[in-house]
Amino acid sequence: MIKLSTIATILDSDVLTGEEHKDREFLYCRGSDLMSDVLSAFAQGSVFLTGLATLQAVRTASISGAGAIVFVRNKKPNPDVVALAKEEGIPLLVTPLSMFVSCGRLYQHGLTGVNGNR
Amino acid sequence: MPSIQKTFHVTKNDFIHAGEASIHVKNLLKSLNYVPDLVRRVAICGYEAEMNLVMHGGDGELSVDVNADRIIVDVIDHGQGIADVELAMQEGYSTAKDEYREMGFGAGMGLPNIKKNSDEMVITSEQGNGTHVKMVFFNKGLNV
Repeated sequence: MIKLSTIATILDSDVLTGEEHKDREFLYCRGSDLMSDVLSAFAQGSVFLTGLATLQAVRTASISGAGAIVFVRNKKPNPDVVALAKEEGIPLLVTPLSMFVSCGRLYQHGLTGVNGNR
Repeated sequence: MPSIQKTFHVTKNDFIHAGEASIHVKNLLKSLNYVPDLVRRVAICGYEAEMNLVMHGGDGELSVDVNADRIIVDVIDHGQGIADVELAMQEGYSTAKDEYREMGFGAGMGLPNIKKNSDEMVITSEQGNGTHVKMVFFNKGLNV
């Protein structure tokens, strides 16, 4: 179980919104640019990594129950995306790292896939 | 509890607001203290059907009928309809444009996801007359 603040440090990321949720805890990680994939499984307690910095990524996270989003490869969302995330209580992070390296670092720190696989 | 009905207008090709109706439904069910698993299943199915309408249908509505023992979501559009419903239900089959795929949708998983997450699903479609996706969810958690 790792905290959002630890994830931000591990991924050298900026927190765009959701600083107040820094103690939120995570067990799972999912990296995907396919929204229907994210919607197909239980996501409570997960951090969602994606390269799509869109409104739909935020709505997908909200509906699937993901607790935070990390935009990889320095994808910066528009202000309306940040505003929606704030409204939905979903922290947004941006990392310069690739999807592969981001997932690798979180795996090293103990996170599993959403089905618990390692 | 008395039943609650709400209807939301959904507009074709409006990706700014696509998904808002399902978020409203999710928040409504949450405020009524339905169990989280049921809330999530309803929201996922509503969202997939809403995105299908925005991408493939015409303008239409997402309606929800909330009762203590069951929740019914109807997504109705007035678009072109589905040529082959059986084919559309197969995972991986999609007629989505590339621009929808670039947004993370159109992988042919929407309708199978709805079937998996709902207790009952009925889809009726007629070419030229639109599509109606009816989804029923039974409340087995009973904490309302």
